[in-house]
Amino acid sequence: MPLLIEQALNGLQLGVMLFLLAAGLTLIFGIMGVINLAQGSLYMVGAYAMAAVAAKTGSFWLAAPAGLLAAAVAGMAMEYLVIRKLYARDHLDQVLATFGLILFFNQMTTLIFGRQPLFVEIPDFLEGSVPIVAGVRYPLYRLAIIAVGLATAVGLYVLIARTRLGMLIRAGATNRDMVRALGVDIRLLYTVLFGLGAMLAGLAGVMAGPILSVQVGMGEQVLILTFVVVVIGGVGSIRGAFAGAMIVGIVDTVLRAFLPGLLRQVMMGPEADALAAGLSAMGVYLLMAIVLLVRPKGLLPAHG
Amino acid sequence: MVDPLKTGGAQRSALKLLALAVLLALLAALPFIATATGQPAMTSLATRIVILAIAAASLNLALGYCGLVSFGHAAWYGVGGYVVGILWRHHVSGEPLFGFIPGSDQLLVTLPLAILVAGLFSAVLGALSLRTSGVQFIMITLAFAQMLFFFFVALKAYGGDDGLIVRRRNALPFIDTRDGPTFYWVCLAFAVAWFLLMWRIVNSRFGKVLAGIRQSERRMAAIGVATYRYKLVCFIISGMGAGLAGALMANHARFVSPDMLHWTQSGELMIMVILGGAGTLLGPAAGAAVLIGLETQLAAWTEHWQAILGPLLVLMILFTRGGLSGLARLVRGGRND
Repeated sequence: MPLLIEQALNGLQLGVMLFLLAAGLTLIFGIMGVINLAQGSLYMVGAYAMAAVAAKTGSFWLAAPAGLLAAAVAGMAMEYLVIRKLYARDHLDQVLATFGLILFFNQMTTLIFGRQPLFVEIPDFLEGSVPIVAGVRYPLYRLAIIAVGLATAVGLYVLIARTRLGMLIRAGATNRDMVRALGVDIRLLYTVLFGLGAMLAGLAGVMAGPILSVQVGMGEQVLILTFVVVVIGGVGSIRGAFAGAMIVGIVDTVLRAFLPGLLRQVMMGPEADALAAGLSAMGVYLLMAIVLLVRPKGLLPAHG
Repeated sequence: MVDPLKTGGAQRSALKLLALAVLLALLAALPFIATATGQPAMTSLATRIVILAIAAASLNLALGYCGLVSFGHAAWYGVGGYVVGILWRHHVSGEPLFGFIPGSDQLLVTLPLAILVAGLFSAVLGALSLRTSGVQFIMITLAFAQMLFFFFVALKAYGGDDGLIVRRRNALPFIDTRDGPTFYWVCLAFAVAWFLLMWRIVNSRFGKVLAGIRQSERRMAAIGVATYRYKLVCFIISGMGAGLAGALMANHARFVSPDMLHWTQSGELMIMVILGGAGTLLGPAAGAAVLIGLETQLAAWTEHWQAILGPLLVLMILFTRGGLSGLARLVRGGRND
């Protein structure tokens, strides 16, 4: 039972990280109609900027904003230079152009930081673990990730549903030309929105820094998982992204934690471990297949 | 999307046939040219290009003609490669696969099997993926390819991460496939056969339906075409071609690894199709030649060649519609349509 609670929290933690990425991806897709593969690169930019500043200054409070800022700036530059010209194109062009961006970002990161992964210390005030229920202790840092992730989800909901900026964003999604005719600078709005999506990815990168190794290619691993989240949740829907992220996070974590033990009861140890590793890596994709069989548009599609 | 063989008058098509014949003769003579100019490595490079041209042409059937943007074609390519690798492993050990399928080192056995298995995989996963369309289809094909990637990484019995070495190329009766130029001609023959098949398919009734689905699936459905079935068959043929290419590549490189299924490989196949011009018969071959040539050239200059290739790709997408032919139009100052 303690193990189950711990793994459920781990799943929740992976889930909120995936949500941050999926929210950015689906926001940009739902509103601008652009599929941005380079969302994973922005995650990487956030993590690297954070790791570099943390290594130089040793201060978490400088490093975290630096990561967010770097991701947002990289995102807005990307929108201004490339993505802006892709709004009217089909998805194929968008996929290929952003694929080119990934190659560029990965190679430039290798050029600047080298191939060795970077490691980031957990900040002092989040060090250690706290008891949650009797006999179960859980790392404070991971709890903080969950808290920040959930707070961001609420903040995003308020921003989109309750503020003037959110109203403009929703209006821009429905009819771009009409919003423009009413005197809103829609290009600026899109750039800001893209920066927001980039910052969400950067936030995930910043938070991942201390618990994962910061390395080239970290973006793509999480990007593909993010796609699974978006397909399961329903493309273009923030609520769907949240539901999908939680499901994928928990299923992935629980499979990885419990499948080896289950299989070891019927097979030899090392063989069971190898098979379990394979099956749990494939697990979320099988889940996606099942969801699509039942609901081809995902669990909570954006429109109807 | 005009068939290059069918535009213009009889004279022009005769000219085109002549050009094709010259091109084919040049390709066939390439190993001799390579030896004569003292660059024997060129034959190996050309073999890779020819093999990837098969894979790109297969993807083009789905992507260019039918409008199915599959971002997971490296999966079928890798599956084809693994069929060759696994059969070789069982041929060497003498133990039958699953207890009843004997291993083989005969190209005439392994190649059809690779095509068949790739076809089976693409049938099952394609049937699921085709329930979606648009951007979901892009994402789901990518995700399924990634699933197969992890499957082969976890497949420790066949090398897992490290891949499988095929110590000797599969044999053909009366032909020495271990000889570089000979294997190049074998691959070239398969490529020519595959492109002829593509040409037949594209100009058949089936091909016309595919083009109709690309232009407007709703209208095709409205005139009574069961579009799902056509798309699925198209996807399966496309997967089989990629499987053929993978099997040939496993023989050429004498090595298979999960890298063949990596998502960047899928991306590269898409680039080849777009670079050469999606929905043109020979475009993918040109795209394969240009991309592989460019990569080889850039890699010779700098280790960080991807930092150059990436922006080049972005520029190409932004400013030339329709790849190389778009570029040619741009240079001539013509209209991009």
